[in-house]
Amino acid sequence: MEELKQEVRLPRLGEPAPDFEAVTTQGTIKLEDYKGSWLILFSHPADFTPVCTTEFMAFAEIYEELQKRGVELLGLSVDSVSSHIAWVRNVEEKTGVKIPFPIIADLSKEVTLRYGMIHPGQSKTETVRCVFVIDPNQIVRAILYYPLTTGRNMYEILRLVDALQTTDQHGVATPANWKPGDMVVVPPPNTQEMAEERLKQGYECLDWYLCKKKL
Amino acid sequence: MACISPDGKPTESGTKLLRSLKSGLRSPEEIAKGTGLPLFRVRSGLREFAQAGLAEQKDNGYHLSPKGTELLGSLP
Repeated sequence: MEELKQEVRLPRLGEPAPDFEAVTTQGTIKLEDYKGSWLILFSHPADFTPVCTTEFMAFAEIYEELQKRGVELLGLSVDSVSSHIAWVRNVEEKTGVKIPFPIIADLSKEVTLRYGMIHPGQSKTETVRCVFVIDPNQIVRAILYYPLTTGRNMYEILRLVDALQTTDQHGVATPANWKPGDMVVVPPPNTQEMAEERLKQGYECLDWYLCKKKL
Repeated sequence: MACISPDGKPTESGTKLLRSLKSGLRSPEEIAKGTGLPLFRVRSGLREFAQAGLAEQKDNGYHLSPKGTELLGSLP
């Protein structure tokens, strides 16, 4: 029982992404093959289903924008490679949209369990709509879970990547509804002296603990 | 197998990888830049070639093996 609990433990932010070697539509891929790149690992419930088809077309549409940001995409479901191939060929035939990224065929559910992608309250057999943003050092930086009935928002995924990369590059945080070009949050002071100095530093401040600046 | 078809012939991306090794590119990063293939594809492809005995990993990177050179020479 203890072993099972460990098996389904969810990855946590700031920890190394669970390792894997998986069969995909572009050959056998290991997590380490993505070292040095950002990676978005995402799961979908099943091939040839309506919401998933709209999501795959949407992921394909933002693929170029993700590539500009140094981000690779990797899909996953518990379908077979043959099913994945048939589905992406069907999507291309019916819509003209080519799926340019690999999709893991996780029939054994090895990757699925390591990333906690099955939520039995939603489905005992299908993966929910997970998104794991993994940085170039293979650390989990953000996690999203969406239910089976709700397609993900690609603009939010792009915004999330932009926010994480901005934080890394400039050592700042990003406020609610932030988008590139908006002011960013200066990390709050952690001593009384710094708090007193903060208001004299030329930032736009509500008070000492909430100051913003332009990048 | 992504770079070698079941009939033993390299795929289009596999052929690109073999040719890049013949041209003297050694590291996955150099090969990705030279071929335009994503770095993860290059890494997994080189691993596949090494397992099939078509490439060898040495101190300064990947090289075509005699078997890989022979295969590349047989391609049109």
